[in-house]
Amino acid sequence: MADVMLMKEIDDTAASLGIDLSQIDFDSIRLPPGEDFGIKSDDEDVYRDENLEFDSGFGNIIVVDNLPVVPREKFEKLEGVVRKIYSQISVIKDDGFWMPVDPETKKTLGYCFIEYNTPQEAELAKEKTHGYKLDRSHIFAVSMFDDFDRFMKVPDEWAPPEVKPYTPGENLQQWLTDDKARDQFVIRAGSDTEVLWNDARQLKADLVYKRAYWTESFVQWSPLGTYLATIHRQGAAIWGGGSTFNRLMRYAHPQVRLIDFSPGEKYLVTCSCHETSNPLDANRVVINFFDVRTGKVMRDFKGTTHDFPLGPGGLPKWPAFSWGGGKGDKYFARMGKNLISVYETETFSLIDKKSVRVENVMDFSWSPTDPILSLFVPELGGGNQPARVSLIQIPSKEELRQKNLFSVSDCKMYWQSNGDYLAVKVDRYTKTKKSTYTGFELFRIKERDIPIEVLELENKNDKIIAFAWEPKGHRFAVIHGEAPKLDISFYSMRGANNTGRISKLTTLKGKNANALFWSPAGRFIIFAGLKTQNGTLEFYNVDELETMASGEHFMCTDIEWDPTGRYVATSVTSVHEMENGFNIWSFNGKLLYRVMRDHFFQFLWRPRPPSFLSPEKEEEIAKNLKKYSKKYEAEDQDVSLLLSEQEREKRRMLKEEWDKWVSEWKRLHEEEKLARQLLRDGEASDEEEEYEAKEVEVEEVLSSHEEVLEYDQE
Amino acid sequence: MRPILMKGHERPLTFLKYNREGDLLFSCAKDHTPTVWFADNGERLGTYRGHNGAVWSCDVSRDSIRLITGSADQSAKLWDVRTGHQLHTFNFDSPARSVDFSVGDKLAVITTDPFMGHTSAIHVKRIADDPDDQTSESVLVIKGPQGRINRAVWGPLNQTIISGGEDTIIRIWDSETGKLLNESDKEVSHKKNITSLAKSVDGSHFLTGSHDKSAKLWDTRTLTLIKTYTTERPVNAVAMSPLLDHVVLGGGQDASSVTTTDHRAGKFEAKFFDKILQEEIGGVKGHFGPINALAFNPDGKSFSSGGEDGYVRLHHFDPDYFNIKI
Repeated sequence: MADVMLMKEIDDTAASLGIDLSQIDFDSIRLPPGEDFGIKSDDEDVYRDENLEFDSGFGNIIVVDNLPVVPREKFEKLEGVVRKIYSQISVIKDDGFWMPVDPETKKTLGYCFIEYNTPQEAELAKEKTHGYKLDRSHIFAVSMFDDFDRFMKVPDEWAPPEVKPYTPGENLQQWLTDDKARDQFVIRAGSDTEVLWNDARQLKADLVYKRAYWTESFVQWSPLGTYLATIHRQGAAIWGGGSTFNRLMRYAHPQVRLIDFSPGEKYLVTCSCHETSNPLDANRVVINFFDVRTGKVMRDFKGTTHDFPLGPGGLPKWPAFSWGGGKGDKYFARMGKNLISVYETETFSLIDKKSVRVENVMDFSWSPTDPILSLFVPELGGGNQPARVSLIQIPSKEELRQKNLFSVSDCKMYWQSNGDYLAVKVDRYTKTKKSTYTGFELFRIKERDIPIEVLELENKNDKIIAFAWEPKGHRFAVIHGEAPKLDISFYSMRGANNTGRISKLTTLKGKNANALFWSPAGRFIIFAGLKTQNGTLEFYNVDELETMASGEHFMCTDIEWDPTGRYVATSVTSVHEMENGFNIWSFNGKLLYRVMRDHFFQFLWRPRPPSFLSPEKEEEIAKNLKKYSKKYEAEDQDVSLLLSEQEREKRRMLKEEWDKWVSEWKRLHEEEKLARQLLRDGEASDEEEEYEAKEVEVEEVLSSHEEVLEYDQE
Repeated sequence: MRPILMKGHERPLTFLKYNREGDLLFSCAKDHTPTVWFADNGERLGTYRGHNGAVWSCDVSRDSIRLITGSADQSAKLWDVRTGHQLHTFNFDSPARSVDFSVGDKLAVITTDPFMGHTSAIHVKRIADDPDDQTSESVLVIKGPQGRINRAVWGPLNQTIISGGEDTIIRIWDSETGKLLNESDKEVSHKKNITSLAKSVDGSHFLTGSHDKSAKLWDTRTLTLIKTYTTERPVNAVAMSPLLDHVVLGGGQDASSVTTTDHRAGKFEAKFFDKILQEEIGGVKGHFGPINALAFNPDGKSFSSGGEDGYVRLHHFDPDYFNIKI
C-alpha cells in the first residue's frame, strides 16, 4: 500500500486550512468517478470495481426521450415516476439516472439517461418501453446511447448505392471433386482444429487445413457439408471454399452458445442465454434466425427460460425450433404449452397467423422429407380420454391419421429417413399399473389411408435399449432385454416374401451392445458397447444375416460412419483423459489406421449432399459393380505399388543417412582411442565396444553305451 | 522364451544396470536395498544394505569391483561389489538422483534434486583408487537448470557432462569448468519431463525418453537430433540394443491413475522399435504396472525390465528375434 498518510499529518493539514475535522461527515464526500486527487484508496476492492466499470463502456446506457418538461418543483416527482418504470425492468445502477436541467430556465430538457449493469438489460429496457405511453402527449422514444453516433452519421441526402463489380465466388463444393473420391473430416484436439482427408488407400489422414484457436467452443458442419461453422464470443462464423478454408460470413450474436442449420442450409439459428442481474429472474434467451448467404437476421425470438425450457448444461433444449418440410427449408416449428407454433420461412411468421392448438401436447416431430408433423398427447382425465398419436399435414393443418392408445406411460417417435415409415414406441402400464411393457405402432406413411400395424416383442417384458431404422431402407433393428444379456432383433416392413406385413428377420441372442449404428447406405450395421462396455464393436451384414467382423476400440465414446458408408470412425473423446484419439475402420470391420491425440474433443465427417443419381441408375451400378470397379482396382494396385516403391526409397535414404553417422562415429572413436586408454591407466582393451556375435560350436556327449552285437559267422 | 520373474524388491523398481561382462545385474528400487542378481538365471546374489530411502540409480565400475548408488536419503554410497560393504558415503542437502562413473572410473557425476530451498545440482566427485583415501569433496558443482535433473552422464573422454530432466532441455556442460556448451533446440526437443537417458555402447549417441510419449536419439558431440520414436504412452525408461539396431521404450500410464482403469488401458509393454526406420517392431507384455527401468545385457541377447509392480523380468530372446526383418 503506497503513501499511507499519518493521522498527525492529516490533522496538521486540516488545521493549516482551518477545517475542523470533527465537524465533517466523511461519508458525504463524493469524489468524481475516476478521480482520487492523488490520494490512493487503501481499499483494494474499490480498484477492482472501477476496472469492471471501464469494461462495460456506454453499451449499458439508454436515452429516454419525450419526457414531460417540468420545472424544478416537479423534478423529483418525475424522477420518481421514471425510476419506477425502469427499475421494474431491472436494477438501475447506482448513480445510473441522470436528467439534465436547462441552466437558464431551471426546467428539465425532456430527456434522461439511464444506466444498467449490462448491455442486455439496457437492450431489454429499450425494447419494453419504446413507445410507452406516459400520457397522451408523452410517448417514450427510447434508444441506446451507442446508437446516437450511428444516427449522426446518416447523410442528409440519399446517394445511389455503389454497384460492386461481380466477382465470381469460389466453388464451395470443390471437396466433392477429389479425384480419389476421399471424404473429409474435422477434428478438434487441444487448441487445434484440423480438417483432414481420410486417405484410406495410404492408411493415413492427410491434412487439408489446420488452425489454432479456430473456434472458442465447438465446430459444426452444415447439413450438406458446404460450410464449417465456428463459435466465437461475438457470434458464429462459417468457413468454406476451394482449396482452403476462408471465412465466408459472420453472424453477430454476442455470447452465442448453440447453433443449428436448416436441413437445406439456407438458414442458421443461433442461441444465447444471458444471466440477469436479478437472480430471481429467469435467464434471458435470445434466438436469431440468419440467412446463411446474406448474413441478415430474418427473425429473432427473445424470451426467458420459461419460454425455452432448459436442457442439459443449463442451456435451452436444442434445437429449440425443429425444421420440417424436407430440404426446402420451408417450415419450422416449436412446441409451447398446449400448442405447436409452425412458422414458414417466406415471411418468417406463423402459418395463418396462429399456432396449432393441441391440448396437453407432449412431443412432436417432423417427417424428414414431407411437411407432416407427428405429435403425441398423453392420457387425460385419469384415463377417460385416451392418449393419441396424430399426423398433421402442413400448411393445411389437416389431421391425416390418428391413433388412440390406452394406458400409455410414454411414447417415442422414430421416423425412417425417407419419411416412408413412422415407428412409435409405446410404453404401456400393465394391468396392475406397477410396471410397464413396450410395443410398437408402425405407420406406413406412403400407403393409402396410412395403415397402422402393431408389433409386440416375443417377450413382452423386455426393455428396449435402442431402436434404429435402416437409412433409406425398410428394416429396423432393436436392442432389447435386460442388461447385461441383451438381444438384437431385426424386422422388415416388407415381410419375408414381400407380403407387405411386418416380419422378423432374426434375433441375435446375448450380445454385449448398447448402441446401434446403421451404415448411411443401409445393409451394414455396427453393434457397439460404448462407455461402460469398453468399446466392443461388431460389424454385421443384414442382407446375409452374418457377422463380418468383431473388433474393439477400448473406451470408445463415439462412432460415426462416413457419409458414403465406406468407412467408420470410432473415437475416444476427452470425457476421460486416457486413450484419446480415433480409429478408422473399413465398413467390414478391418482396422485401417489409428491416430492418438491428447485432449481430443470432436470428430465429424464432412457430410455430402445427396447423390444426383436416380434410384434406377444406382441399382444399375450395383448390378454391374464388377465392370465399374475394375478401374478403381487398377488404381488401388498402382497406389500400392507406388507406395511400396516410395517406402523402399525412404528406407534406403534412412539407411544411408544412418551409415554416414555410424562411419563418422567410428572415425571419432578411433581418434580418441589413445586418449581413452590413458584415462583407463593405459589399459589397452577397447574391445568391449565391439561385441561380435561369434558362433561357437560345442559338441557335447549326452550319453554313450556299448552294445555287443552278435555276429553270426557262417 | 518365457521371462524369468525376479521377485526381491518390495517396492517399485527404479533402475537396472548390467556390469561390463553381462554376468551381473544390479537393480534399484524404492525399498532401500539395491540388489545384485545373476544375469543368466535370475538368481539373487545379494543386497547392499545401508541406505535409508528409495534408491534412484546405480553404476558399476568397469572391473565390477565398485558400485555407486544414489538415494533419496540425501546420500550417494560407494560399495564393494563382492562383499557388500559400504566404502564411502557422499552426503548432500537433498536427495541424490542419478549416478554415473566416468571412463576410467576415476570420477563420478551425481545429480541432486531441488529440495527445501536447495536448487538441483550436478556434482562431480573424484573416486580414489584406495577407498581409505576417498574424500567427499566435489571437484565441480553445476547449478542452473530448473526442476529435477533426472539423469546426467559423461560425454566422450569425460570432457563433457550431458544432463536432462524436468525442464525438458538436454544440456551439455564442460566437465572441467562447468560451462554450458550446448543445449537442445526448443523446436525439436521434448515437450515434457525427460525421464531417462541411455548412451550407446561407444558413447557416440544417446537416447532420451520423456513423458511427452516419445523417445529421441541424439548425437553426443553436436547434440543433433537424429531420430524420434513416438509411442502411445509416457516413456519412463529407454534402452538400446548393443547388438542390433533396436531400441526399447518402456512406460505406461501414471502410477496414480492406473488403478482407476482397466489393466488394458495402461499398455505396460516394453516396445521395440527399429532404430533406423523408427518403426515399431514388437512389444513385450507382462508387467502389471508401468515400466520404470530397462537394461540390455551387453551381449544383446537378453534384456531386463523393472516395473512399478516390484518385479524384475529377465527376457532371453528367442532365435527368431535375431532374424526380424521389416
